[in-house]
Amino acid sequence: MIVSLTRKPVFLCIVLLSGFVAAAVPGARAQDWVRTGTNLGVAKIRIAAADFKPATTDPQTAGLKIAFDQTLYNDLRYAGIFDVVSKSMIPNMTPGSPQEFNAAQWSAEPSNASMVAFGNLGVSGGRVNVQGYLFDTHSTTNPQVLGKQYGDVATVNAAREIAHRFADEIIQTLGGIPGIAETKIYFVSNRTGSKEIWVMDYDGMNERQLTHLGTISLSPRVSPDNSKVAFSSLGRNGWSIRMYSLDLNRMVAFPAWGDTTLSPAWSSDGNHLAFSSARGGDPDIYVSDASGQGARRITAFRGPDVSPVWNPKTNGQIAWVSGRTHLPQIYIMDADGSNVTRMTDGGYATSPSWSPNGQFLTFAWNRSYGPGAPGGEDIYIMDIASKRWTQLTHDAGMNDFPSWAPDGRHIVFQRQQNGHTEIWMMLADGTDQQQLTHGGGSNTQPDWSWK
Amino acid sequence: MHYSNRRTLVVAASLAAILTVAGCHKKHPAPPPPPAPPPAAPAPTATITANPESINPGEESVLTWNTTGASNVSIVGLGTVASSGTQSVRPTQTTSYHLVAQGDGGSADATATVTVSAAAPTPPPSEGNIDENTFEQNVKPIFFDYDSYDVRPDAQSTIQADASFLNQHPNLKVVIGGYCDDRGSTEYNLALGENRANAAKQALTSAGVSPDRLRTVSYGKEKQFCTEENEACWQQNRRAQFTLDQ
Repeated sequence: MIVSLTRKPVFLCIVLLSGFVAAAVPGARAQDWVRTGTNLGVAKIRIAAADFKPATTDPQTAGLKIAFDQTLYNDLRYAGIFDVVSKSMIPNMTPGSPQEFNAAQWSAEPSNASMVAFGNLGVSGGRVNVQGYLFDTHSTTNPQVLGKQYGDVATVNAAREIAHRFADEIIQTLGGIPGIAETKIYFVSNRTGSKEIWVMDYDGMNERQLTHLGTISLSPRVSPDNSKVAFSSLGRNGWSIRMYSLDLNRMVAFPAWGDTTLSPAWSSDGNHLAFSSARGGDPDIYVSDASGQGARRITAFRGPDVSPVWNPKTNGQIAWVSGRTHLPQIYIMDADGSNVTRMTDGGYATSPSWSPNGQFLTFAWNRSYGPGAPGGEDIYIMDIASKRWTQLTHDAGMNDFPSWAPDGRHIVFQRQQNGHTEIWMMLADGTDQQQLTHGGGSNTQPDWSWK
Repeated sequence: MHYSNRRTLVVAASLAAILTVAGCHKKHPAPPPPPAPPPAAPAPTATITANPESINPGEESVLTWNTTGASNVSIVGLGTVASSGTQSVRPTQTTSYHLVAQGDGGSADATATVTVSAAAPTPPPSEGNIDENTFEQNVKPIFFDYDSYDVRPDAQSTIQADASFLNQHPNLKVVIGGYCDDRGSTEYNLALGENRANAAKQALTSAGVSPDRLRTVSYGKEKQFCTEENEACWQQNRRAQFTLDQ
């Protein structure tokens, strides 16, 4: 009857396909380095989220409270650092203020909570007001960890946004780094009949279509300051990088190269773009400034070179995909094109994303790819310094385009299963996989915003 | 120069590895049966004939084929077929029927060509009235191997015919579309499709067509000619397609 919503067992099936895989470390130890490097290595804090108390009798209050309660609960559950008390185990009460809060009722079995989020929400005069608290049930002298007040126009989206802000306060306070509850995911959807750029909240809610170009638009990458989305789009002269302003809510000018110019990537300081272009007759990696000027080529190999991504910690290195030895492999190089190092040892490896701390790559890999091979395509994580890797998805469709969340704890990716493609997220150790989009065409190429 | 040698070596090495390790599911249309098949399974054989080999437009020719040791037999353009059989065809233009037999012991292929005579030789159309249909009948696509953008030996005759038509119509401009089958990753396939389109462009240029008349566009796996998940279909999708640049 009671199901724990967290702590799913971790299976690491490392399939030994050929000799070079034998270098992979055994599962349990591999998991340690992943969890440590992705901020998931700490003990999970047992936390409960009380349903908030309605503060007014306004008819809008009830609906907004449902949205708020659900959003806050999910944000804590998805955070990756909490053991969240299931709604069926919490005390049947809604303390609206510190005076109404009784720590003993929450720290006792079965909820057993160390931390409790609670408060009240009310609508009046067309505005929603929220008071939120975080209390430590084990502290008798100074139990209040957080006390916050929020106000906004009374809409469901605003109630959800307030829940995200409150959740991020809790996550930052208890987890040590900013949460991702207020971040966005950019993606491609063809639900209108053509592939356009869309955006949604990180939890899959609040989907919005950005572009209406009526052609094929791919590979959205939001700028680090959330002001623009770069993407590639098919026009009369082939593929060019195009730019959508999130400030102006419309397309803005960007040099249209044509010549199969693809897969833009922002440096983390927002000053540079890396991308692939066949301007010189063969697809190579180029780097330009943020306005598309001053482009210079930094690879010169025959064959496909595509999907660059910067080391966001230093902006001094670029990882990308090259077909110079036939099947695509992941490589890294310095941002001037020197010190090229191959990272993957075979198979079909594409779509790298660099972890925020600079330590890891995540990418899609089909280790047994080849003519006639039935292989799946899975998401992997690799420690760059040691090249050791582990597999994050197993036996669940074709997985591609992983993108790291700014907290380093989460990865969003696309999964093709049963004939259509949807966007999923998971913790960076492969656990807690959640489907974010549900039908409406194919939803692909997710890009997690920087903040 | 130095580089293409290396690439050839790598391709040869990969192919050898595939043949020995994977028991060869490689659909490799051009070369004769592999010289050293794995000992376990016998190499497949494939023969195909057309009778008659020469017809007038509207007439019928019968294809007869026979294979051994193959688990997967297909004819490009007709799809998967029985290991042996006959089928009548009514091509409106000279057509090569390419039989591919794949089995545990490797693959084999054979080609039969039905030549369609020009009934009443029409004067070569002038450029002003060349429509898409006429263009596509004369400038045929070329097809590529899996994850490859090398122009195959069996595509050279197509390229020569395409170039010959284009050289007779020097004012036509051409878009070369590079296409990939739907396996693999979106971005990588767009880059690979560009390489295919560019390889076709270089082949036409070598055959005397001015590069100024040729423009490449990659469609990667974004547009498919055939949507079934089998090798015959994948082969249809791995192509460089020529269209009028209007």
